[in-house]
Amino acid sequence: MNRLGLSPRTMITTAPATEDVLVHGVAAVCDPLGGLYLPETGMLIVSDLHLEKGAAFARRGMMLPPYDTIATLNILAAVIARYDPKIVVSLGDNFHDRRGSEFLPADLRKMIADMARGRDWIWINGNHDPDGTTDLPGISTDELVYGGLVFRHEPSLISGKGEVAGHLHPSATVRRREKYVRRPCFATDGHRLLMPAFGVLAGGLDLNHTAMQGIFARETLVAHLLGRDRIYSVRYSNLMR
Amino acid sequence: MDRIEPKSSGNQAVTLPRPFVKWFAEKGWAPRAHQLELLARAQSGENMLLIAPTGAGKTLAGFLPSLTDLVARGKIPPGSAFTGIHTLYISPLKALTVDIERNLMKPVTEMGLAVTVENRTGDTPQAKRQRQKLNPPDILLTTPEQVALLLANKEATRFFKDLKYVVLDELHSLVTSKRGHLLSLGLARLRKHAPDMQTIGLSATVADPLDLQRWLVPQGETPSPPAGLVHVTGGAAPDITILGTDSRIPWSGHVSTYAIPEVYKEIRRHKTTLIFVNTRFQAELLFQTLWTINEDNLPIALHHGSLDAGQRRKVEAAMADNKLRAVVATSTLDMGIDWGDIDLVVHVGAPKGASRLAQRIGRANHRMDEPSKAILVPANRFEVMECQAALDANYLGAQDTPPVGEGALDVLAQHVLGMACAEPFDPLELYDEITSASPYAGLTWEMYERIVDFVATGGYALRTYERYAKIRKMEDGRWRVSNPQIAQQYRMNLGTIVEAAELNVRLVKRNAKGTLGRGGMSLGKVEEYFLEQLVQGDTFLFAGKVLRFEGIRENECLVSNAFSLDPKIPAYAGGKFPLTTYLADQVRAMLADPDRRVALPDQVRDWLNIQLERSILPKQDELLIETFPRGKRFFLIAYCFEGRLAHQTLGMLLTRRLERAGARPLGFVATDYSLAIWGLNDLGAMIGDGSLSLSDLFDEDMLGDDLEAWLDESYMLKRTFRNCAVISGLIERRHPGKEKTGRQVTVSTDLIYDVLRSHEPDHVLLEATRRDAATGLLDIGRLGDMLGRIKGHITHRDLDRVSPLAVPIMLEIGKENVPGEAQDAVLQEAADELISEAMAP
Repeated sequence: MNRLGLSPRTMITTAPATEDVLVHGVAAVCDPLGGLYLPETGMLIVSDLHLEKGAAFARRGMMLPPYDTIATLNILAAVIARYDPKIVVSLGDNFHDRRGSEFLPADLRKMIADMARGRDWIWINGNHDPDGTTDLPGISTDELVYGGLVFRHEPSLISGKGEVAGHLHPSATVRRREKYVRRPCFATDGHRLLMPAFGVLAGGLDLNHTAMQGIFARETLVAHLLGRDRIYSVRYSNLMR
Repeated sequence: MDRIEPKSSGNQAVTLPRPFVKWFAEKGWAPRAHQLELLARAQSGENMLLIAPTGAGKTLAGFLPSLTDLVARGKIPPGSAFTGIHTLYISPLKALTVDIERNLMKPVTEMGLAVTVENRTGDTPQAKRQRQKLNPPDILLTTPEQVALLLANKEATRFFKDLKYVVLDELHSLVTSKRGHLLSLGLARLRKHAPDMQTIGLSATVADPLDLQRWLVPQGETPSPPAGLVHVTGGAAPDITILGTDSRIPWSGHVSTYAIPEVYKEIRRHKTTLIFVNTRFQAELLFQTLWTINEDNLPIALHHGSLDAGQRRKVEAAMADNKLRAVVATSTLDMGIDWGDIDLVVHVGAPKGASRLAQRIGRANHRMDEPSKAILVPANRFEVMECQAALDANYLGAQDTPPVGEGALDVLAQHVLGMACAEPFDPLELYDEITSASPYAGLTWEMYERIVDFVATGGYALRTYERYAKIRKMEDGRWRVSNPQIAQQYRMNLGTIVEAAELNVRLVKRNAKGTLGRGGMSLGKVEEYFLEQLVQGDTFLFAGKVLRFEGIRENECLVSNAFSLDPKIPAYAGGKFPLTTYLADQVRAMLADPDRRVALPDQVRDWLNIQLERSILPKQDELLIETFPRGKRFFLIAYCFEGRLAHQTLGMLLTRRLERAGARPLGFVATDYSLAIWGLNDLGAMIGDGSLSLSDLFDEDMLGDDLEAWLDESYMLKRTFRNCAVISGLIERRHPGKEKTGRQVTVSTDLIYDVLRSHEPDHVLLEATRRDAATGLLDIGRLGDMLGRIKGHITHRDLDRVSPLAVPIMLEIGKENVPGEAQDAVLQEAADELISEAMAP
C-alpha cells in the first residue's frame, strides 16, 4: 500500500524505505505513509487527518466524495499494523470541522475503536476541531510533553526546540531538468519537526510559503518527501526555490 | 407601402416598412436578396439559418425580422402592462455585443425607429441589470452565460413571455463547445416560456449545415423540421500567399522568428495589418521581436486573453480609430468584430484548420466583393506543407469545423440545478425539455436520473449526504432547491469556461535596499501552474515586456522589469490547436503525390527529395515507421499525422507495450505530425527478427486494458476532471463571502479524483470525465480512427541513421515536458545529490 494508490485492494508489497532522523536528540523514523514513529517510546504520530472533510463540504453544498475518511483510516490502519505502537498521537485537525466526530458514521467509528484497542490514543486539538472529539476512544488535549519532545498542533513562534507540530501541511518541490515534482514532506532542521498532512484530501503548502518563515534554521533544514514506497530526503538548498 | 421583390432565390414577396425603404435609398443601397429572403421566411414562421461570408450584411439580415416586427408593433404607451423582451441576441463574445449595439443603433437612430436596444454582460453594472429586469428593452444583446442566469431566475416567465426572436451570432463557433451545450438547454427552456418564438442562426461556412439547422429547432420524440437555410456563397476569392523568404526555414519549432524582417516589411507596406498567432507565447515573442526592429516606431500593439481587460479595451479602441499599423493577436480577436480598415492579415504558424484560416482571413477587408489579402508564415518545414494544404483548401472551399457532439454531462448538471433555482421542476417535464435540445436528444432517462441524483447529493453509492441535499423532492414529485443559499451559490459559479487558476501579475520596483515596493501596475493574468515552474530571478515574456519573477504575495505574482534580452519564455499550455483531421489528410496526400509537391518552396522540396533517397515518403493511407540508432539509443518514429494530442496518447500506450515486449523504452515525444519513441534495445532489429510485431504493437486493442491502466495515472485526465468538477458544481469557484480566487481553492481536485477513482470508479462524474477526454485532451476517438485506418498498411524502414523527415521531431526531444511520468525518478535524482554530498570527502 502507498499513499499514491489509495485503493483498499492495493496491498503492502514490499517493506518501505523509511528514513531515520534526530529531533532534538530523539531518534525518529519517517514513514512514506506519512506517520512518524519514535522507537524509544513506542509512539506513532500522525497529523492533520482532516477526517470527514467531504462531509464538512457537503454541509456547505459541495458534495465531495464521502470516501475520504475511509481512505485516510485505511492508510492509518496500515501504518499502525506496521509499527504496532504503544501510543498513537493524532496531532490536531483530526476532523475537518467541529461537527465531524459527532456525525461520524458508525462503521468508521468502529474502525477507529478497533485501531485504538490495546494502546493509548491521544487527540491533540487543532484549529479546525478545538473542542476535542465526541464518542471516540482516547483523550483530548491541547498539548503533550513526553519523551523529551513537545507535541502540539500549531508550531510555536517562541521556541521550537524539541517540538513536533502539524498545521502547516508542509510539501516540497523538486525540479530537475524540466521536470518538477511536488510532494508532502516531513520537514526538520534537527530542532523541530513539522509533520506532513495525513488526510487524503488535506493538500500541502510549499516550504517556501511565507507562512513557513521563521520556523526553521534553513541551513540545516531537510525535507523528507513522501515517495511511492520510500522517503526521499532533500536538503532545503537543493529544493526548488 | 413599397414592395421590394427579392432578386435571386425564393419567390416570397416581402414587405419592407417605409422607414427601411427610405433608409436604404438614402444610403444608396439596396437590400440584398438573402436579407429579404431571410425576412420573408422568418415572417412566415420559419426558424432560419443564414450562412454567409463576412461582409455580407449578416447582422442586419439577422435583425430585420425583429426590427420590422417592432416597427409594426409601434411604441408601447406608458402605463401599459409589463412587456417582456422581444428579441434576444446571443453572441459568444462580450466585445461583440458592444460592437453590435453600436452597429445596430446606427440604422435604428437614422430611421428614427422607436426600438430600445441594450446589452447585458458580466460587465454590466448591477443597477442596470436590475432596471433591465423591471423595464426590459425590446432587443437585449447578451452572452450564453447571461441567458442561463436570467433563466435561473424566478422572474424568467415574465421576462421572456413576449419573446419573438432569438438571434444567435457566430453559431458555428458556439455550438461545438460546452457553452453551446449550455445554450442549447437554455433555448429549450426559452421555448417553454415563449412557445412561438423563432430562432435565427448566423454562421460562417460549416462542413455540415444540417447539424446547425437541427440545433436551432426542438428535437425529441417529434422533432420539428430543420431550420430553413439561406446560404450565401461567393464573395471575392481571398488573395492568399505563403511568405517567400530567403532565410532558411527552420526544421522544427513554433516561433517563426526567421521571418520577422519580412513581416515587418509587409506591415510598412500596408495600412493596418492584423497578425494572428496560435498561442499567447507566440504572440508575446513575435511582438517583442517586432519591436526590436521597429526602426520607424510604427504603432504596433499586442492583444491576447491574458492581458489586463483595460489594456485590451485600449487596443480595441485604437484599432477602431485606425490609429494602429499592426496588432499581434491570438484567437481573442478571431470572431466577427468589425474594427477599422484592416487591409492585410498575416497568419504566423500553421493555421491548424482550414476553417479557422478562412475565418481569420475574413477579418481583412470587410467588404464582401473585394478580395481579402493574407500571408501565411509557416514556422517550420512541416508547417510549410500544412499552409499549402490550408491554402488549397480555402480555394476549394473545404471545411473542417468540428461536429456539434453529444451534450456534456457536467453542463447538464449545472443546468438542472439552475432550473431548480428558477422554480420547482417536474422530472418528466424537464426530461422532455432537455431532450428537445439537439445535443441532448440522445440522453437516456437512466443517465438523466443519475445527473439529478448527482445534483442533489453528489450521486454516490454511499448515501450519506441525504441530509445535506441541494435539491429535494417535494410531496407532489417536483424538485426544489433546499434553501436560497443554493441559488446564490449557483449564480456565483455559473458558466462553462474553466480558467486554469490564474494569478494577477503586478509590476513592482526594487528599491535601493533590494526590497520590493508595493502597488505598481497590473499587467494581466498568468496561470498558476506556469508560475510554479519559476524560480525567483527567472525571466519571462509577458505583456510585451521581459519580466523578472520576484515571488508570490497573497494572490499576486510580483515581477520587476528585467532588462534582459534572453527571457525564459512562458510556455502557456493552452491555445495550441491540434491539426485538424482534414488538414492532416491533405498533408499526407501532399507527401504521397509528387504533383502536389511542386507548389512547395525549393528548400522544402529538396528536403523531401533527400528523404526519398534515404527512406521513403508514405502513401496517403500508409503508416511509415522508421527505426535507427543514434548515440546510445535506438529510435522509432511513427509518421501518423493525427495531431499532438492523439500522438501523446499513442506515445503513452506504445511505451507501455514496448516495455512489456522487452524493448526497454526510455521516453517519447509527440508533435502534430509524428511520434518518436526511444529505448535501450534495438527496435529495428527486434522488428526485423520478428520478436516485435508492428501490427500487434499498433493493434486497436491498445484502447482497451492498456488505456484503462494508463488512465489510472493520467495527468491529463485529472485536468479534464477538474473542469468537469467545476462545471458540474461539485467544486465551487466562488463561495459567498469568499470571493478570492486562484490560490484560495480549498481542496485539490487531483486528490478528489484519486479518492473517487479508487472508491467509486463508476461514478457519473468520472463517466463525464472519460467522455470529455475521449474527444478532448486525449483525442482517443481520433486515435481509434487512425488505428483502424492503418491496419495492414504499416511500412517499416530500418535505417542506419536519422532520416531527413525525422529531423524535426528529433529536435523536439528534451523540450517537451510530460508531467505525471517518472516522478519518483526525479525525486531519486534529488535525493542522490544529498547522498553524494554526504559521502563527499
